[in-house]
Amino acid sequence: MEFPEGLKYSKEQEWVLVEDKVAIIGITEFAEHELGDVVYVELPEVGEKVVKDDPFAAVESVKAVSDVFAPVSGTVLEINDTLPENPETINDDPYGDGWMIKVEMTDKDDLKDLMSAEEYAEYIEQQKEKDGEEDDDDEEEREDEDEDEE
Amino acid sequence: MRYTPHTEADKEQMLRTIGLSRIEELIEHIPRSLREKAKISLPEGLTEVAVKRRMAALAAKNASAQDWSFFLGGGIYHHAIPSAVDAIISRSEFSTSYTPYQPEVSQGTLTAMYEFQTLICQLTGMEVANAGVYDGASAAAEAVLMARRIQDGRSRVLVSRALHPQYRSVIATYLKNLDDVELVEIPFTKSGATDAEFLAGALDDKVMCVVAGYPNFFGVIEDLAPIRAACDRSGALLATVTTEPLSLALLKPPGAWGVDIAVGEGQSLGVPMSLGGPGFGFFASQKKFVRSLPGRLVGETVDGEGRRGFVLTLSTREQHIRREKATSNICTSQSLCALAATVYMSILGKQGMRRIAEVNAARAQRARERLIREAGLVPAFSGPFFNEFVLKVGGWAERRSRFISNKIVPGISLAEWYPELEDSLLICVTEMNEEEEIEELARTFCAR
Amino acid sequence: MREPSAPADGARSSPPLIFESGSPGRSGFFWPEEKGLIALPPELVRAEISGFPEMGELEVLRHFTRLSQLNFSIESQFYPLGSCTMKYNPKVNEVVARLPGFSLLHPLAPPELIQGALELLVHLEGILAEISGMDHVTLQPAAGAQGELTGLMVIRACLAERGNPRRKIIVPDTAHGTNPASSTLCGYEVVQVNSNKQGIIEPETVEQAMDESVAALMITNPNTLGVFEKNIQAIADVVHKRGGLVYLDGANLNALMGIAKPGDMGVDVLHINLHKTFSTPHGGGGPGAGPVCVKAFLRDYLPIPRIQKKDGSYDMRTDFPKSVGRVRSFFGNFGILVRAYAYIISLGSDGLEEASRMALLNANYVKKKLESTFHLASTEPCMHECVFTDRAQQKQGVSTLDIAKRLLDYGFHPPTIYFPLVVSGALMIEPTETETRETLDAFADAMLAIAREAKEEPALVKSAPHSTPVGRLDEARAARKPLLRWESHRE
Repeated sequence: MEFPEGLKYSKEQEWVLVEDKVAIIGITEFAEHELGDVVYVELPEVGEKVVKDDPFAAVESVKAVSDVFAPVSGTVLEINDTLPENPETINDDPYGDGWMIKVEMTDKDDLKDLMSAEEYAEYIEQQKEKDGEEDDDDEEEREDEDEDEE
Repeated sequence: MRYTPHTEADKEQMLRTIGLSRIEELIEHIPRSLREKAKISLPEGLTEVAVKRRMAALAAKNASAQDWSFFLGGGIYHHAIPSAVDAIISRSEFSTSYTPYQPEVSQGTLTAMYEFQTLICQLTGMEVANAGVYDGASAAAEAVLMARRIQDGRSRVLVSRALHPQYRSVIATYLKNLDDVELVEIPFTKSGATDAEFLAGALDDKVMCVVAGYPNFFGVIEDLAPIRAACDRSGALLATVTTEPLSLALLKPPGAWGVDIAVGEGQSLGVPMSLGGPGFGFFASQKKFVRSLPGRLVGETVDGEGRRGFVLTLSTREQHIRREKATSNICTSQSLCALAATVYMSILGKQGMRRIAEVNAARAQRARERLIREAGLVPAFSGPFFNEFVLKVGGWAERRSRFISNKIVPGISLAEWYPELEDSLLICVTEMNEEEEIEELARTFCAR
Repeated sequence: MREPSAPADGARSSPPLIFESGSPGRSGFFWPEEKGLIALPPELVRAEISGFPEMGELEVLRHFTRLSQLNFSIESQFYPLGSCTMKYNPKVNEVVARLPGFSLLHPLAPPELIQGALELLVHLEGILAEISGMDHVTLQPAAGAQGELTGLMVIRACLAERGNPRRKIIVPDTAHGTNPASSTLCGYEVVQVNSNKQGIIEPETVEQAMDESVAALMITNPNTLGVFEKNIQAIADVVHKRGGLVYLDGANLNALMGIAKPGDMGVDVLHINLHKTFSTPHGGGGPGAGPVCVKAFLRDYLPIPRIQKKDGSYDMRTDFPKSVGRVRSFFGNFGILVRAYAYIISLGSDGLEEASRMALLNANYVKKKLESTFHLASTEPCMHECVFTDRAQQKQGVSTLDIAKRLLDYGFHPPTIYFPLVVSGALMIEPTETETRETLDAFADAMLAIAREAKEEPALVKSAPHSTPVGRLDEARAARKPLLRWESHRE
């Protein structure tokens, strides 16, 4: 799994590329992998305001819909209008052509809450472990029973 | 009569495999206080013969269209159903299968549903249709809910009083619990059509949609042009409700009027009356609204070897994925009835649909003429109609019993819903009403 | 043991659609022309129905017969879909429902002409109340989901009359998607509570979520793991103490007949799925029926019209000012109600009680045969259905989806998959009581064979199905570029 260096990452699986006052936002490879084949993307309109931690878009796969949460507050400058026609771009190139919106940030301090590539990679590892732990507890219970059978 | 195949030997062997010795051990974990009170106090089971006898006795206490002359419409219609329809829907591969969530082994159901969606689009002149909802009334309610989703910020719904009273009731029930919607009724004029002037006056940028019957409850075929124009001016959506879709084989379809959402009751299309259910609601709209549609949608695709196949699609709108944000809560719908309609429309086809619609219209016109001429009944409304019309019948309460003794039900009294039309009957004539019946009807009206 | 099917030569091709068959001018319907039609104003008349099929009767019959042969169904295959109760749909019910005295009735005929129908409906109401341990019933809702909406509206009306309809509904994480969807339709906000590791709701969890802004708790019992919600009475107390009501999703009633009555569990409102517990055919997705049963104090809120017996005859009453109104046109899915009624009198009290017990026996039998090979989602006793996961098979990269598709090759309809959502890779198996031991053995053998294949030839499982009319279909493509109708210019 890729975690490109120049980007910042949110706990809700979004990435941010900062270009001066503008934040380019998309979802990470981990997120698109979890979703599966993306079939539809709902984007905000240019000029709309986005609020940090509130949902601003939705990404649909065949079997699920995921809200995309704004990592920073601001005004939408541009949206990726190739996505409605070709939603699979998010799967093919989540960090490049799969970008979703460009936002003019109202407060650059919002970026402080985001993680670096390394921190995000670790965060993902922890998430996986936590799921594994819960499974392991059940596994142990089950193994005790199985032992009698063997 | 029971359908469990377990012999005592089966039970013993299975219990042994599970590691138990008595059936009752399977429920010992249920609180005793519940088990003690759980006995079902009903008579014991019957043989198949006894069941048939009992049911036949109940059926005999009802007046059916087989033995009586019904001139009844009002949302449910008596039409000739080709024998082939029942033959197909009785096939257990169709009737005992489940919702097609495993498409590889449900291509029968899915292909037929795709054909159904197409036929409904063709019949209504609309761009996209779903696989059906419960009935025409809930379809009308769902149409309003769909308009609410599309028209964010608008809060009012205008409904024609000439729309089926039960449908208006269901819409009101569905909307009652949502505090951001207001229902306003539009009166009808002396011609029996929605008051277009009143409507134009009531339309503003707070109105999300207008709902009108086409044809309406009185059988009147409304001119939708002024209604469409008024909606355009204020940005409201126009939804039509058709309780007698056979009419659309003859009439200019909703799509040709520029309607946004076209719904209705599909029972006329090959489903027996059955005291009003099951039937199905059909639901069609313009393509741009597809993601706001309620209910199931079947789409075309291919498998790994390029073979055409059909699947349920755009499922993220639905309850099993979207849950509280779903476009509707509908899960089980009316699939087998929609299949009946698909077979019906296939058998009648382009020629048959037109022919039977013309027969209905001709027969209804003739009957109305006779009743006016011979029995002196007065039309409540002038203007074009399909197979239903309203006539004023003086002293209906007194005359009623004469018809019942002749095994005729000449129409539906409107008094219950339209006090101003107290002495009027909604009379429906279809291809199932023979010439002799219509003669007898006129004669009985004449005898005072 | 049954061997998986090899692909049938030549059988794997897609049939033409009705729009791709037939010939111009053909029709399967004969009716003489009627003279004397006065033309309607031309602006009201359409041209022909463009694209409508033109086929002869035999052509149509062949088309749909061939289509039917592409389906799996209860009468051809074992169909263990969890929470769907795919039991045998008795033929006698089909015969009686088609009696003209039921099928050719018009709902707006005067009540004195449909006394038999009204008698049946009143009797059925009483029967369902007795089976569920409740007091009053409405037969109007067309399906379980519509029943849920109706039941929630009844709750809302009752609380509104007490002064405050409240704002929220508590829904467990194991609930069917219709539960939260119906709550939203009723104007409520959904609050989710989580079940414990065994999939059961604990009273403490409800206690934390329950306050005076909560109108009701929705619960399914047994739940979607096939496990009895043993804390239901304590949970009902928690809800009632704060002025809320308890709604039971009755989809799993097949586990409870003669075993436990929801009315004794503290339930105030419930719906029943007649197309599940009471054998009416699933029809490829309906029609069904979702009657709602309530306790006496909620009687006045039920939908109108209500049928009552007075002076020896039956009549309809609409004078219930507190009623939530009408939820469906006419009387509901009458044809389905007739079938369910025939089924119930056919089985009787003894047959219904036996049905649930055998449903439990069959589910526990299957569970025992599979639990050494497949991972169980809960260690609590199962009732009429059991839930496994793909955890063991995931070690070879084989998922629940793969297992389901491979089952098709063995000639079985798969269990419900990926539901409930709280279980990762869920496989929900509900055999129902109408299956023989031999069928269950064959199913278990197939599952064990697939588990072996997962270890030895995972590719075979992952590329299944191989013997069905079509292979795995591209659902992503269907969603990205929706083609929802046939169109001539595309051919």
